Amino acid sequence: MSASQTKSASSARPSAGTLVQHTWPWLAAVAVALVLPLIFTSSHALTMMSHMGVMIIFALSYNMLLGNTGLLSFGHAVYFGLGGYMAMHMLRYIEATGFGMPLELVPLVGAAGGLLFGLIFGSVSTRRAGVVFAMISLGIGEMVSASSLMFTGFFGGEAGLFGNREAPTSLFGIDYGPGIAVYYLVVAWALIAAVLIFMLRKTPLGWMANAVRDNPERAQFVGYNPVMVRFVQFVLSATFAGLAGGLFIIADEIITDETVGMIQSGIVLLSAYIGGIGVFIGPVIGAILVVFLESELSSVTDAWLLYFGLLFVGVVMFAPQGLAGLGFQWFAALRSGDWGGSMLARGYAAGTLLVALVGLVAVIEMAYHIFRHWNPQEPMTLFLVTFNATNALPWVLAFGVIAAAIAVYVVHARPMLKQAAGRKEGQA
Amino acid sequence: MLETITFSLLNGLLYGMLLFMLSSGLTLIFGMMGVLNFAHASFYMLGAYFAYTMGLYTGFWVALFLAPVIVGLLGAVVERYGLRQVHQHGHVPELLFTFGLAYVIEELVRLFWGNVPMNYRVPEALDFPLFSLFGTNYPAFRVFVLVVAIAMFVGLYLLLKRTRAGLIIQASLSRPDMVSALGHNVPQVFMWVFAFGTGLAALGGVVGGIQLVTEPGMAFMMGPIVFVVVVVGGLGSIQGALIASILIGVLQTFALSVDWSLANVGILFGYAVPPDSIFATLWYMDSTRIAPILPYLLLVLMLIFRPRGLMGKRES
Amino acid sequence: MQTKHRWSGVLAGIAAASALALTSLTAAQANDPIRIAYIEPLSGPFANVGDAGLKHFRFAADRLNAEGGIMGRDVEIVPMDNSQSPSESAQLVQRSADQGIPFVTQGNGSNVAGAIIEAVNRNNRRNPDNRVLYLNYAAVDPALTNERCSFWHFRFDAESRIKIEALTNYMQERDDIEKVYFLNQDYSHGHVIEETGQEMIREKMPDVEIVGTQLHPIGQVRDFAPYVSRIRQSGADSVITGNWGNDLSLLVRASQDAGLDVNFFTYYGGGLGVPAAVGQAGIDKVSQITEWHANVNVDEGHEDYKTWVEDFKERYPDIDWYYHRVYNQMYMLKAAIEEAGTTDAEAVANALSGMEFESHTGTVTMRADDHQLIQPLYISIMDGDVEYDVENTGVGFRTLSKISAEEATLPTSCEMQRP
Repeated sequence: MSASQTKSASSARPSAGTLVQHTWPWLAAVAVALVLPLIFTSSHALTMMSHMGVMIIFALSYNMLLGNTGLLSFGHAVYFGLGGYMAMHMLRYIEATGFGMPLELVPLVGAAGGLLFGLIFGSVSTRRAGVVFAMISLGIGEMVSASSLMFTGFFGGEAGLFGNREAPTSLFGIDYGPGIAVYYLVVAWALIAAVLIFMLRKTPLGWMANAVRDNPERAQFVGYNPVMVRFVQFVLSATFAGLAGGLFIIADEIITDETVGMIQSGIVLLSAYIGGIGVFIGPVIGAILVVFLESELSSVTDAWLLYFGLLFVGVVMFAPQGLAGLGFQWFAALRSGDWGGSMLARGYAAGTLLVALVGLVAVIEMAYHIFRHWNPQEPMTLFLVTFNATNALPWVLAFGVIAAAIAVYVVHARPMLKQAAGRKEGQA
Repeated sequence: MLETITFSLLNGLLYGMLLFMLSSGLTLIFGMMGVLNFAHASFYMLGAYFAYTMGLYTGFWVALFLAPVIVGLLGAVVERYGLRQVHQHGHVPELLFTFGLAYVIEELVRLFWGNVPMNYRVPEALDFPLFSLFGTNYPAFRVFVLVVAIAMFVGLYLLLKRTRAGLIIQASLSRPDMVSALGHNVPQVFMWVFAFGTGLAALGGVVGGIQLVTEPGMAFMMGPIVFVVVVVGGLGSIQGALIASILIGVLQTFALSVDWSLANVGILFGYAVPPDSIFATLWYMDSTRIAPILPYLLLVLMLIFRPRGLMGKRES
Repeated sequence: MQTKHRWSGVLAGIAAASALALTSLTAAQANDPIRIAYIEPLSGPFANVGDAGLKHFRFAADRLNAEGGIMGRDVEIVPMDNSQSPSESAQLVQRSADQGIPFVTQGNGSNVAGAIIEAVNRNNRRNPDNRVLYLNYAAVDPALTNERCSFWHFRFDAESRIKIEALTNYMQERDDIEKVYFLNQDYSHGHVIEETGQEMIREKMPDVEIVGTQLHPIGQVRDFAPYVSRIRQSGADSVITGNWGNDLSLLVRASQDAGLDVNFFTYYGGGLGVPAAVGQAGIDKVSQITEWHANVNVDEGHEDYKTWVEDFKERYPDIDWYYHRVYNQMYMLKAAIEEAGTTDAEAVANALSGMEFESHTGTVTMRADDHQLIQPLYISIMDGDVEYDVENTGVGFRTLSKISAEEATLPTSCEMQRP
């Protein structure tokens, strides 16, 4: 799990003087979250943004395991989904009986569900870390998702369960019919969850989780039981995942077995990792990006799953610290003044790769046109140019661009980058 | 009853052997390099597709040998230019790399071969019922699959135990640093083991694609169960993988062939759960409906009580 | 925290008001194409099914447009990928409403259909200015036109129990059927067939013995040999199955391998990929119950529909024209829009409700009580010697029996809420 060690949270405790410095990112995030719906007003955009909020909580909870404690889980959706089901049953119960729980508190039922199942499954799976934990989580994930079609009473079969978010009362007299109200509810809960998860990192438990991740023997030596630390982290993480599930059913008013499924588990892993598991904000960025791509890319291109796959492979290969990690690295380099000399080199290298990427996109789009379109002879439009993909010229051009860009990168840009890096090391 | 048992054993054995072909390569890769290769089943799929397409031109028998070789070389390229790059960052990035790769391979297969299942059929030479038991025919191709799988197991076993290459591989499994110190190029060993492992998966695909179905979803369907075999069998153990494969194959087939539920066991002890209690669904659930979760139950129980698997020498 | 909530309440109000103002500005123009959102899996394991359906709709739309469109406006199919996920589909309904698309169509998976009905009902209640109609071309769960029926939902395929009704009406006339076995996928679709089928057989054919019923996990069985040996041991001569896709082709192939000689009465024997996978093994064994198959055109002499089918094949050589309901659906929608003179969901729904339409197979009626299309059905069997084969296998379907629309019907329990 060496990647998770690349960067742990900065350790300074906030003193009164640095309070502003430590709260401005939070205030900025809140401001952005409040303003966004004024720009993107369609109800589809609102749903997407609500999903982003849900996914942020979910990905942050996942990172409590992977980033903080070094536990790689393939079945985190179990807690998200089961929490969601618990909340959905509560919502339906409220609708049927008029029980007085306000909608704002329904996500807490989800959190309780996550907590409950976290206790059950955590007790059998956290005794070991590493591959054993990962494989147990995979097994539990598969078992729960397979059971979802067997226990139709709880899971509602393949049709899932529906609820009506307008049925419960509201603490503040808000009508939760419109998507905008739900969006603000999600924002409020996401903020609370994010602050709690952030503060948990600063507690002794958070420190011990890091220690258990990096060196369990030493952690045991100083008197902490690594199994206990892993268990507590696991249960807390499951609780937040359940909270996310509870919010999810309010946003969607439907829950199906796919919420406990392996794909959902994979998505949260990818979100957290793409964003960067070494920095707090990493999973947040990853969650936003993944939800956006999932929702929008598919309506832009047929090849969206291929791009999705290539993105992950690309990030893993070239930015294993995640996008946020990469950003922080660059920011740190910029601040410490190391940047100046290599700025040009980096920009140059990035430029050549970008040109290669454009060529690659052209090749993929043309290939999809040829293989997928019922009439490949029909002209296609790409990068504002309309052409016939059955001609050789566009292909020669696209492959030529890729080859040329990569050649420039390998022969010229990369040596230049290395030289710049070498100079830096020489100075140090 | 005898009929049920015979057929369950035969069918379970066959399914188990297919599983073994798929997972034997992964147990080497996983045991040796610690790589949770999520794309392993994708190479199995590529094997099936390559063999199908090649078979149109060269016939089945050439494709049977050629497709695994080509897929193996592809595996070598993936290891050399992909995994090795990622390896330095640790196991999680490695895993995610193979995760992304599985997506990419599936999409490319859909792109080139389309979404519809391929018409990949039993070669004519093997398309006849070999024998008949209790009035049910047993097709020759099924026996052929068994033969290929057994040959593969024997070959692998001899290779690992009796040859110099096998010694180096086994040594790299447990002590890569020592092997490196002895002057062997460990990364290169890794590359060839990866190529070999993916080639084995592809061989499984060549026959599995006929026995099951050759379609773009086949990798996704087989993906997780391969891990179960590898973990239950024990890391790096070919014998373990064989036993685990057959165990899972027979277990699942038996669960499907007999009507059985916890209630049947309860009756033996004179106990029954009232039908309206919350446990009733579980209590009266047919074994046929429980069958798909059995491998995962086995996985979890094995990891809780014996994390090194049936035949593994060390924990992962 | 309390102040924060008040805050968000106020902001929610402002934002909601501005959102409403903006959406009302984007109302559709008169000369825009009439758009139909096609919500199906276009990626993932079921992409082949979604893709084939899309080809049907696009082809039908092109035909309509070549004939002058609807009220001079072109028809445009807007594909939306739901990855076979109910909740994703519910969001796509919302997206359609956002984009001012008045019609959505979907068919694969009654669970998805249920989610879409729910989402459409919700949208039409919350956004009365931006209503959506749901045209269902393949989801057959009886509940969709019974307990859960909706004014905004129209089903163009025969529901599951109607198919069983027609099938058992046919089986009644065969005297070589004595022992029946039910093998179905373990989800609501399979459960309905198993339960209703047993009920109807007991009622109509008391001398026929039901020798076994079995459910299996959907999409997970790779080797059907164990099931086949159970069928063989039961001594069944006929198997009734609602299986589709791989679950059906693997079953038939396994039974051929084992030398099992039974009749398969299926829902989806001609469904995408099945004929290709089953091939010669299905001849005189696999029957299907559908609203149409290509050789109906030969038997009944529909020359222009023959051309339609052949043109489709020319454009998409890999697949065949399969969904006659897409034809019905598109032309009935055209008639309804022309009758209503608008694409407004409520007006079109009122026009569709109770509409009678002359299809190639006879008169079909959109029953006003539950919005279920009542239409003739065909029982057909795989045959190697017919004019039109399917999926380039040399095997096609031959009609065994045509069940008239009057016989292919069942009462409904729907209590429809009309706006």
